[in-house]
Amino acid sequence: MSQRTPLARVRGLGSAKEGTDHFWKQRLTAVSNLILVCFLIWLLVRLAGADYATVKHTLARPQNAIPLLLLVLSGVMHMRLGMQTIIEDYVHSEGRKVVALMLNSFFAILVGLTSAFAVLKLSFGA
Amino acid sequence: MAETPHLAERPLSPHLSIYSPLINMVMSILHRLTGAALYLGTLLLAAWLIGAAMGEKQYAMVNGAFGHPLGKLVLFGYTWALFHHMLGGIRHLIWDTGRGFQIWQVNLLSWLTIIGSVSLTVAAWGLALMLGGGL
Repeated sequence: MSQRTPLARVRGLGSAKEGTDHFWKQRLTAVSNLILVCFLIWLLVRLAGADYATVKHTLARPQNAIPLLLLVLSGVMHMRLGMQTIIEDYVHSEGRKVVALMLNSFFAILVGLTSAFAVLKLSFGA
Repeated sequence: MAETPHLAERPLSPHLSIYSPLINMVMSILHRLTGAALYLGTLLLAAWLIGAAMGEKQYAMVNGAFGHPLGKLVLFGYTWALFHHMLGGIRHLIWDTGRGFQIWQVNLLSWLTIIGSVSLTVAAWGLALMLGGGL
């Protein structure tokens, strides 16, 4: 049982009841993206023009697969939050907004899981 | 019965179309646009990873699409959007600390964002061409 008063529980959470959660996660993933995107660009520059065997072998190595998985996670979290802001700015009809927000989450999760699956398959698959 | 509220014809505050473009305003718009473009652009990375995971034939198909002049143009644009949004993000992180809000600083950061993103894009492609012999 919580000993906190109802007022203490809601203080600082604002009208959406999540406080600075959106802002904080946006910034947190912004910083992780900063590092991971630099890694991705470096990886792509190195793999430019490489043949299939090299690409497959490179992507399967843990030192590349793990940052790639982190990038996928961090990237889709960040883009889902960003698109949520865009939707909330421009879609004013409540029904359409809810549908758009759901599709946004579906898209982010689909892209994220599919990409992660591909990376894992390259590492563990036949 | 309550009357339907009549929407009075009130003057609107001037919107985007009425201002001449300022550098910080253009960078703000570009930050959102590149963000939205990168959102869709994740499909490119996903396609590349899936192609690689599925096998040589599928990878060649994806690479063929990326190697087409139109595909290269999209990838070049994607690279620029990535760098631009990244530098714009750094600008926002600086602002989050409460620094950089003087007009001259805002303008300087804006110019650094656009100059930096174009330079880094050209540099990355130059490096890729030199090291790997083209995408």
